[in-house]
Amino acid sequence: MTGKGILRVAGPPLAAVGLAVLVASLVLAVSGADPLAAFGNVIEYGTRLETLIEAFNRAVPLYLSGIAFAIAMRINLFQIGVEGQYILAAFLAAYVGAGVGTLFPPLHVAVILATAMAVGAAWAGLAGWMKVTRNVHEVISTIMLNAIAVAGVVSYLLGRWKIESATLDTRLGDIAPSGWFPSLNPLIELATREIRRVELTAFILVAALVGAAYHLIINRTRLGYDLRATGANPWAAEASGVPPKRTIMLAMLLSGAAAGLVGMADLLGDQHFYSLRFPQGLGFTGIAVALLGRNHAVGAAFAALAFGWLERASGVLEVRGDAPREIVTIMVGVIILFAVVAYALAQRRARIAAAAAAAAQVGGAAPAGAGSGGRGGGEAEP
Amino acid sequence: MSAAVKLSGISKRFPGVTANDRIDLEVEEGEIHAICGENGAGKSTLMNILYGMQQPDEGRIEVFGAERSFSSPREAIEAGIGMVHQHFMLADNLSVLENVILGAEPPKGPMIDYAAARSRLAELGGAYGLELDFDDAVEALEVGERQRIEIIKILYRGARILILDEPTAVLVPQEVEELFRNMRELAAEGHTVIFIDHKLDEVLAVADTITVLRRGRSVAAVKPGEVTAADLAELMVGSELPTPGTREAAVTDRTAVEVENVSAVDEAGAPRLRNVSFEVRCGEIVGVAGVEGNGQAELVEAILGIAPVAEGSIRLHGEDVTGWPVRRRREAGLGYIPEDRHRRGLLLPAPVWENSILGHQSRPPFLRSGVWIDEGASRRRAAEVVERFDVRTPGVDTGVHALSGGNQQKLVVGREMAAHCNPLIAAHPTRGIDVGSQAAVWEELRRARAAGLGVLLISADLEELIGLSDALLVMLRGGIAARLDPSRITLRELGAYMTGAA
Repeated sequence: MTGKGILRVAGPPLAAVGLAVLVASLVLAVSGADPLAAFGNVIEYGTRLETLIEAFNRAVPLYLSGIAFAIAMRINLFQIGVEGQYILAAFLAAYVGAGVGTLFPPLHVAVILATAMAVGAAWAGLAGWMKVTRNVHEVISTIMLNAIAVAGVVSYLLGRWKIESATLDTRLGDIAPSGWFPSLNPLIELATREIRRVELTAFILVAALVGAAYHLIINRTRLGYDLRATGANPWAAEASGVPPKRTIMLAMLLSGAAAGLVGMADLLGDQHFYSLRFPQGLGFTGIAVALLGRNHAVGAAFAALAFGWLERASGVLEVRGDAPREIVTIMVGVIILFAVVAYALAQRRARIAAAAAAAAQVGGAAPAGAGSGGRGGGEAEP
Repeated sequence: MSAAVKLSGISKRFPGVTANDRIDLEVEEGEIHAICGENGAGKSTLMNILYGMQQPDEGRIEVFGAERSFSSPREAIEAGIGMVHQHFMLADNLSVLENVILGAEPPKGPMIDYAAARSRLAELGGAYGLELDFDDAVEALEVGERQRIEIIKILYRGARILILDEPTAVLVPQEVEELFRNMRELAAEGHTVIFIDHKLDEVLAVADTITVLRRGRSVAAVKPGEVTAADLAELMVGSELPTPGTREAAVTDRTAVEVENVSAVDEAGAPRLRNVSFEVRCGEIVGVAGVEGNGQAELVEAILGIAPVAEGSIRLHGEDVTGWPVRRRREAGLGYIPEDRHRRGLLLPAPVWENSILGHQSRPPFLRSGVWIDEGASRRRAAEVVERFDVRTPGVDTGVHALSGGNQQKLVVGREMAAHCNPLIAAHPTRGIDVGSQAAVWEELRRARAAGLGVLLISADLEELIGLSDALLVMLRGGIAARLDPSRITLRELGAYMTGAA
């Protein structure tokens, strides 16, 4: 990629982050804190190995959540049901994972992951099924399904399936160690130093695999072509032979399966049981990740890391008394807002440039110089 | 009379190419002035320059005798120039009145003075015979009425010079008549009308003066009384024009498409196709004539498999495909040139190369191992289509939305022809493309027919139908009203069958 190309892709999100830092500084200054000192603290704390590992651990579920949203977005489905899908999936997978006792480790992990993906796919598939058979808009159905999953099914079943716990936490039983994901700490420690109290989950490799698969399927396969064609123009896609209903169902099932994996990093790599304190809200932050990353496998990775790092590194603000950590919520909001604006502007400029280049080509019959006979198809910069 | 617009030596270069090369244009006040030329002759660039959307590299612009330079359309509007684009810019959910005053609302304190707007509009509409009900919602209006709104919109903003970009392209014949009547009224009231068109009979019917552009240069300014349509066409393309005629028969005895007793109903249960039967053999072009809305679109959807048939059967190469999904039919070789390229034919945001395989993505050479899209093969096909069908694009990575309508059409036609489909459903294959490219498309169809292609040709261009077809069907109210021999029919007779008068 040329330098110009990199700037075109990375420019808008970087500008958005820069502007967000400015706005956050302003808010800090107004509330009486010293922005420089505050950001100094954040950067000092945020560059510690432990904080970075925590940031990666948080980025993993955010990334999967972003990819899940992006899959459906490829055919213009606004699938905001990732939240309900991953919580229900994590809950049921935790129940099954604990229920099977101890198994051969890879098998145990496979059983848990398969359960989670199947539950996520089924829950998203419900919304897809309502869309293709009854034309229910996916925003409405996924909002309702979120409520049913979280406030309904999980709350009810958790009440029935909970176990006695010394910590008074409402929780399911533990998954036996054969169903745990390993830590990557020993590998990191080879290159750095001893790591205290946190562990980098190997689930990050699964996330990377999912990202690579997403990229390959969308950009290299016929299925991906069909999905993108449907997203660009469902009528033309239909005439080209893409079955519209099946494609919607397929996109929802794939999106739901990816959503099912969102909670697995925490379940298999950290907590090993489901409780009321299981992380929530990852589904919605995932929308922001996909948005900032432009539904791109690599872009979403950077976005997930940015959000993960902001969330972890900002804890220090409160500890040191600089500012409430809600300042980060403001920053995330500002980043998203500015990113949307910057992308819209960049896209408009690109469209205008492309149209001008094509218009120029149309005029291309006119000789620009003496010999225009050898004009090829691809000389003008699009 | 003085000149309303005088352009001298206008040049506009884009990287590597010259869109306008020292163009001169003089438009008298109060006249109707047509700008003619092939796709890519530089008509739109020139009008965009006059309307301030693009800036010339060289040349003078004079409006009503004063030299001007416009850096934006706003400045052109202030100088009394208004433009109606090919694609209308109207808010569907607002009324006609609200659309006209949008952005130029007469104020009454902080409110909008609707009464003043209404009386001003009534005045404008009355003066030029532009009849409209100002309280209608725009979404309920026909294309011709929408166009009138656009014209009133620019008149409302004080335009004395109106630029219309291919105004007749979207209209049916009666609406064209209406538009021409409006244009004459406007000219009679002292307005100046400049319009782009490449339908020569229309230009000759309405224009006072015709400027012909060719390859970025102005080659002639003529009066309609002094030239024939053939002269004009020659000025535009610079050589003698081919006609759509085919003749020497290539018809074989192998059937490509058989439609037998097909009936179809719409969602409300109303009949759309009634007992339609015909066959297209390999090496044969079967033309379908008919006033739009008499079942042609439904017939195409039935053969393609997008809409189910209520009764009857459809066979491709002898095989019953009635229950097959679209993809299986396309894999069996069915090609499709849709009547609306934006709706059914193209992925506008996607690049040329991706569009070059649309409809063929599930077959080799584009599909490898049943899973992967072969990007190399796709790009080679795209380059082939661009080259063979003269699609003017900066490259195969350009988004199709950036191409002009004619080039988009050439891409769609080229895609189906290059894929060696058989049979081919071609709905209005030459719609929106200039005479030169039209001839190229006809030539391709003829060549493919000689090589055994069976074509179902639907067209509103009756000369094209008569000239290319080996057999003609006339559709009326969902049924086949007549089967005619194109070599023995006149336009007048065909018209009578189409309207049910025969």
